[in-house]
Amino acid sequence: MRSSASPSRHRVTGSERIGPYTLLRLERGELEPGAPGQFFMLEAPGRLLPRPFSLCLAPPGELAFLVDPIGPGTEALSLLEVGDEIGVLGPLGHGYRLDVERPLLVGGGIGIAPLPYLAEQLGGSPPVVLGFRTADYAEAAALLPGAEVVIDPVLVTDLIDPGFDVLACGPEPMLEAIAAQCPAAQLAWEAPMACGYGACYGCVVEIDGALRRLCLEGPVLDAARVRARVEAVA
Amino acid sequence: MRILNASGCLDALAAPEVARQLDAFVTKTVTPLPREGSAPPRIAETAHGMLNAIGLANPGRAGFLANNLPQLLELGIPLWVSVGGFCAADYAETCSLLSGIEAIELNLSCPNVDEAADSAAEIVSVCRQATELPLFAKLSAAHPDVAEVARAVAAAGADGLSLINTLRATALDKQLRPVLARGSGGLSGPALKPVALHAIGVCHEATGLPIVGMGGIETGRDALEFAASGARDVALGTVLFADPGAPTRVRAELATACTDACVATPDDARVLAKSPETVRKVPA
Repeated sequence: MRSSASPSRHRVTGSERIGPYTLLRLERGELEPGAPGQFFMLEAPGRLLPRPFSLCLAPPGELAFLVDPIGPGTEALSLLEVGDEIGVLGPLGHGYRLDVERPLLVGGGIGIAPLPYLAEQLGGSPPVVLGFRTADYAEAAALLPGAEVVIDPVLVTDLIDPGFDVLACGPEPMLEAIAAQCPAAQLAWEAPMACGYGACYGCVVEIDGALRRLCLEGPVLDAARVRARVEAVA
Repeated sequence: MRILNASGCLDALAAPEVARQLDAFVTKTVTPLPREGSAPPRIAETAHGMLNAIGLANPGRAGFLANNLPQLLELGIPLWVSVGGFCAADYAETCSLLSGIEAIELNLSCPNVDEAADSAAEIVSVCRQATELPLFAKLSAAHPDVAEVARAVAAAGADGLSLINTLRATALDKQLRPVLARGSGGLSGPALKPVALHAIGVCHEATGLPIVGMGGIETGRDALEFAASGARDVALGTVLFADPGAPTRVRAELATACTDACVATPDDARVLAKSPETVRKVPA
């Protein structure tokens, strides 16, 4: 982490429904957008702990995050209105390496979140495959025009051509399946996280054979380094 | 009043710029052998608090002394080492190997491991023989009479008290299963503050020992209330997770809180501290 300061306050500039998700836009202020796959801790109004979100889009002067309202914290964030303010800390952790020759972006469900900013930073309109559980969730594919989209029971992993450099984010079963198919893939993992900067020791996953903090080591890790032990929780 | 961190709530090597805001850094508890800690999920948010079951993940005594301690000392922040174990001899041996630090905190009350077989006073007593460093005994408010434990560790040679540790607690998920893989964990955060204020009050009254107060402090006003209950210093825990700038913020707020409460310093508030058990309301 670069600074010891308290989270900076950022005004909500937009809140758009995209299927069941909310695209929350915040005034960027002095924050850097960081590398794709890095994350920010967003204050969840009325809750004790902030919630981790990877950056979805970085329009001029804004930072945008995709929120899936699955619990009280994410619900509070999805209900924010233009003009509201929340505390933001970041960017944190390690994102995707962009030095890949044939990128293929793979997203499952809310795992689409870091991919629009990743595609922008890679440039050249990389191919994208997305999987969702229903057509309602698949509305989020609008964030990545041109993406190939499948809906359960078709699996996104059926669309992966092993000749590509896979950069993925999604639920753990999807990431594990990709790891088995493409050992060189870069995968963005998720874990319950109280702080995002290595203080709480809450977000451990098995990395390189030992329980290590995902916030410091990841959240993006080479596929071979991680073995999932637990369901992802947002 | 000095501001420390609660043990296990900050990694000074991962976030040195956060640790540098503190008047002293308290390490995560060091046990004789390395511990990987509990399986995830390890944390859960609750009403006005959170649970953790980290399970004393640490590199063990040898790893800590060889790797972590030299790096921590290089940071130049006054250092407290939190020591844990499973019998009095475990604690004493670690204490005997520590030097160059400001104080030792004996973790006598981690809710995420099975309790040490020896009593708090026995552990303090053998550690007293093992080191000349100041010994702070970290106690749990879950004991039916924490003041009695405080008296016992004071008699055994403790130089101070750290109050309070987290309280053992459980949270259930939508399917009515425990959220934490370990089943239970330690409750921290603002839900703990009234419990901490009471424990500090009665232990201050019982022993007069210096007390590092902790348990749900979020603001300078909270810190002043800890002083008014008998704490000489305070430690920040859960608040650091949401606000890595909390030490600087709380220190600034503390000055304002003193002005608002018409006391010159937190020490003045402490001098007026009375045990909650002995306070008698004066009719208006």
